[in-house]
Amino acid sequence: MEQTLDLKYTYTEKKDTRSGFGDGLVEAGKQNPNVVGLCADLIGSLKMGDFQKAFPDRFFQVGIAEANMMGLAAGMTIGGKIPFTGTFANFSTGRVYDQIRQSIAYSGKNVKIAASHAGLTLGEDGATHQILEDIGLMKMLPHMCVINPCDYNQTKAATIAAAAYEGPVYLRFGRPSWPIFTPKDQVFEIGKGWKMIEGSDVTLIATGHLVWESVVAEALLRQEGIRAEVINIHTIKPLDETLILDSVAKTKCVVTAEEHNILGGLGESVARTLAQNFPCPQEFVAVMDSFGESGTPAQLMEKYGLNAAAIVAKAKAALARKG
Amino acid sequence: MEQQSLDQLKKISSQVRRDILRMVHAVQSGHPGASLGCTEFFTALYFHEMKHNPAFSMSGEGEDMFFLSNGHISPVWYSVLARSGYFKTEELATFRKLNSRLQGHPATEEGLPGIRIASGSLGQGLSVALGVAQAKKLNQDPHHVYVLMGDGELQEGQIWEAAMYAAHYGVDNIIATVDYNGQQIDGPTTAVMDLKNLRAKWEAFGWEVIETKKGNDMEAVLAGLQEAKASRAKGSQSSISCTQKWALAWTLWWARISGTASHLAMNS
Repeated sequence: MEQTLDLKYTYTEKKDTRSGFGDGLVEAGKQNPNVVGLCADLIGSLKMGDFQKAFPDRFFQVGIAEANMMGLAAGMTIGGKIPFTGTFANFSTGRVYDQIRQSIAYSGKNVKIAASHAGLTLGEDGATHQILEDIGLMKMLPHMCVINPCDYNQTKAATIAAAAYEGPVYLRFGRPSWPIFTPKDQVFEIGKGWKMIEGSDVTLIATGHLVWESVVAEALLRQEGIRAEVINIHTIKPLDETLILDSVAKTKCVVTAEEHNILGGLGESVARTLAQNFPCPQEFVAVMDSFGESGTPAQLMEKYGLNAAAIVAKAKAALARKG
Repeated sequence: MEQQSLDQLKKISSQVRRDILRMVHAVQSGHPGASLGCTEFFTALYFHEMKHNPAFSMSGEGEDMFFLSNGHISPVWYSVLARSGYFKTEELATFRKLNSRLQGHPATEEGLPGIRIASGSLGQGLSVALGVAQAKKLNQDPHHVYVLMGDGELQEGQIWEAAMYAAHYGVDNIIATVDYNGQQIDGPTTAVMDLKNLRAKWEAFGWEVIETKKGNDMEAVLAGLQEAKASRAKGSQSSISCTQKWALAWTLWWARISGTASHLAMNS
């Protein structure tokens, strides 16, 4: 389908976003000797092996003990270190929520929580590992910054930016191979969204893997004469409200798209912004308050309505509600 | 801080006990039991053992640092911090009141000098202190990191994750202390969740255990802390057998307050 479309962004290569993290971490480690890595027995999955090889004295295998990892990381910041903790998103949040809340967020510690395998695209492992609540858990914590980049290049840039940022960061990325459609060596500004495509009829606001699906959806909608504006919200907190409000002032309806539960995700953050500033129709592409299941990433995205086709359908629904 | 004489340390302990009672009584809220039970320990640390600077810096570079895992005994910590010059003793009167820097449980949010991380939700302090100790090693800072835990708190699983980590990495610049008072909210630890052979547990995790039976006897507490420190020094000279050179100063403290001040300073 993608081959026959007139896409505004294209790709020649696919790669997992976790590799963007792994490569970004090595770069951040070169830039700043205080960057350290901790991992809970998932070095290969998190792509932290290159960092471990490059900086063996600054890497700490902590074993299958995530709670301890969060405490260690918080303590290391006191000595001026910039620790990146690495495990799956599920074990980076729900399993250690209280440790993050007290020792990291409430204590304002400069810990970077690197969370891989987020969402349904983790695939065959099933719902025990497919966390769809992590954005909500993390964005509710005062002081916590929440970032969900969309491809390899953006994840690499986000990792380098997170290391330079002072304060706790939740950095969410995924497992599957995904189109690389944003520029190499891009400047990543935390909290600053990116209007990728200009449009006038409907605003598509997406984060993570769903940004690519929104780019595809824009082309599909354009075939039907609908001009969609596409906004890449890599930082869910703090949210770039100005960019969103400027766009909806023009389009007057919105679709939000994310690989997360409809409760607590990007969609709710956008809905709050709209309710306070510019009430208008909003449709949600998200998981409808359920757990996931085993399957291939593509099968799961199809079944749970998280792909370009679903975004197109929701865009039409939003347009129909415009008065 | 200059080291204080034994007589002075005992006098400071008495003053700290008065502070604790006044603070808790004023708001009819807080945890006086283990605060009183750990008075000698805190006084020994801040007025004798630790090299520290009341002109507080978060990083604690070139200093010994203390972390309180059982954050509910904040009154004793606040008193000792004030008495050693981190902030004015008048501020102790704001304990647990609105707009105070002296939160019910220690916190950094309000910027109270001397506090480097929040605690209160139990079981997290050993991990934090190990992270601090690990950073000190990376920074080639030879100073010690101290951490205090409650005994009931040892029922939390995270403590044992941290204990395992310390042994694996040979983190020998930390001195962990357990306030072994045998009491927790719902009753004696033996009834709530028995710690059984605690020494054997820690030793099995690779720690050296030092027991101070008279936790409210200043001389005994000082001796225990010095033994813990010496144990590290001894281990550090060994270049091969370095897997068991960190120390747990294990102290027995009477801790339950039963209403009147006359009961406070009893040992087990």
